[in-house]
Order: sequence, then structure tokens, then C-alpha cells
Amino acid sequence: MSYTDEETGGKVYVGIPLPVILWDDGIKIFSSSKLNHGESIAQIEDKFYKLYHGKIYLTDSKGTINYNEEGHPTNIVPLDFSITKSVVSMILVSLLMFILFKSLARSYSRNGLVAKGVGRFFEPIVIYIRDEIAIPNIGEKNYRKYMSFLLTLFFFIWFCNMIGLSPLGINITGNIAVTFCLALLTFIITTVSGTTYYWKHIFWMPGMPIYMKLILAPIELLGVFIKPFTLMIRLYANIIAGHITMMTLISMIFIFRNWLGSSLSFALAFFISIIEILVALLQAYIFTILSALYFGFAVEEEHDH
Amino acid sequence: MEIPAIVGGGLIAIGVGIGLGGIGRGAMEAIGRQPEAYGKIQTAMLIIAALVEGFGFAALFVL
Repeated sequence: MSYTDEETGGKVYVGIPLPVILWDDGIKIFSSSKLNHGESIAQIEDKFYKLYHGKIYLTDSKGTINYNEEGHPTNIVPLDFSITKSVVSMILVSLLMFILFKSLARSYSRNGLVAKGVGRFFEPIVIYIRDEIAIPNIGEKNYRKYMSFLLTLFFFIWFCNMIGLSPLGINITGNIAVTFCLALLTFIITTVSGTTYYWKHIFWMPGMPIYMKLILAPIELLGVFIKPFTLMIRLYANIIAGHITMMTLISMIFIFRNWLGSSLSFALAFFISIIEILVALLQAYIFTILSALYFGFAVEEEHDH
Repeated sequence: MEIPAIVGGGLIAIGVGIGLGGIGRGAMEAIGRQPEAYGKIQTAMLIIAALVEGFGFAALFVL
């Protein structure tokens, strides 16, 4: 966070410097206060790093950035594993989830199958996920194996979306790398738990004439990759669209400096933020139910159509 | 001002609007025929709406 200091006119940053972890012939860990928001050059064991437009580049001691014809920097970018604000927020969300659900689980053993404490509010949701999402899609026999993943997925996405709506300015699920990893987990689980029935249906659909089988095979193969891809895009686009709309409307409050424009922008921003709360829950629900659907396809048993 | 991009954005909005309207129409008719199944129909309607909207957002994003 930054504000402009009235005395000197320079920017004053308020925040906690987080560690920067780079991989550049060996691990280099240093505090991000050395990069000083892009103004100074960090020197670690005779290598210099500079933060330019949000990326860390390897430079020389004067901090020169070499540009190519289009104006993009051509310096080497070391592999960046830094702990950013998103990473810290994800760790905090997981800690919150762990504390909430651990206390819920422990209260069952102490109070005889009756939940007590803050976790009470999540018990109906857990039951809903088990009865309406997991069992109808995956089936009675092996839904238990996937329940932990589905529950974690639902609550993680829900809490991360809700945190993105707060004024803290934390953007977790609006980052395509995060949604890519979530969709990748779904893809890995469907691939690993696919039975021969599943793969047969993709490559050589039984019960069809031979030309239909040859036409269906590439389409089904594409579908294997496109289904998690759409999971990723759907979550990312919904959340980032909400954030951009909110940011634009709130900025409009300051652009219109009269009573009418600012109050209308404020009212619109208020209503959009109410819708965003619904979207946060809905997108978590959609991601979970589609993942359960894909798991159900993968573990489907042989049965007569 | 890129006219094709603007026209494309408008077409995407029209497409999503028609899609969601069709879903809503189907859901309302089904509820009218069988008011007891309100919960299931609402669930299915929300799922399909999210799918259509996700596709619309993706198209808008690529645009």
C-alpha cells in the first residue's frame, strides 16, 4: 500500500517486506525491501537484480535494462519463486480453513456427533456437498475417496473469492496461475483414476459404427483437455471481471467530482459488490460440481445402457 | 478505435443474453409445470447459466 507523503511529496509505502526467492545458479533469498518497489538495485553476491514493471531482471551494477525493437526488456529473468502477497494470503486462507474444520471435527468426538462451535455453520454445507454433489455424480461406492478434495476445493475457492472482495486488495483466484493449478489438480485426479471403461469411451466408443468411432476419438481427446481448461478460464474470468468492474466503478467516484456522478457510481459499485458475493459462492459451487462430474465419468462402472 | 473488436464484443454480449434468457425461459416453464421440483430446477439452471456465462467471459477475454 502506498500514499503520498505531504511533506516531501514522495511516495510512502506501508507494508511488510516479503522474501524474494530467485533461482539463478543457486537459490537466492533476500528481503524485498532491497528492491524498494523498483527504485533501488538489489546486490546479492555480485549479481544485481532490479524490479521493473512487476518483474525481476538480472542487470549490471547501474541497473540498465536493454530493450529490443518493440520496447520489451531483453534482460535475463531468473526463475521467480518469491513469496508474494497472494502466496501469503493463500497460506492464511489455508490456516483459517484448517483451524475451522479441525475444531469442527474435534467437536464431534467430544459432543457425541453434535457439532459445537464456529464450525457449526459449515456442517450443512459439507452434508450438501456429500449428498447433492458427490454421491449423485460419483456414486455410492467410491465417493469417499474424492470427498476431501471436493470439500477443500469448495471452501478454498469460496474463501479466496470472498477475500478478493475485501478492501485489503488481495487477489488470489483472479490470478490465472492459481486457477490453472486448481484445474490441473482436477485433471490429474481424473486421469489417474480413470478406469479402462473411461479410456475406452474416449478412444473407441463402443456401440457406434466404425466411422463414428474414428470421428469421435479426436473430439473426445480434445474434450479431455478442454474440460479442465474451461474450469480454469471460467473461474479466472468471472473473478477478474468482477474485480475490474469494481475498480472501474470506484475510480469513477473520484473522476466525477460532483454530487450526482459520484453518488450514482457509488450506488452502482454497491450493487455490483452484492452480486459479486453471489458470484463468489456460485463459482466455487460450479467448480466443485463440475469436478465431481468429471470424477464420476472417470470412475463409472460397466453397466448396460 | 477498432470497429471489428467493438462489434465482436457486442455480439458476444447478445449471444450470452440470448443464451441466459433461453435457460431462464426453460426453467420458468418447468417450474410452472411442476412446482414441487423448484429446488432441482433452480440448481440445474444455475449450473447451465454458469457454463454459458463462463464461455461468454472467456470469449470476451480473448477479444
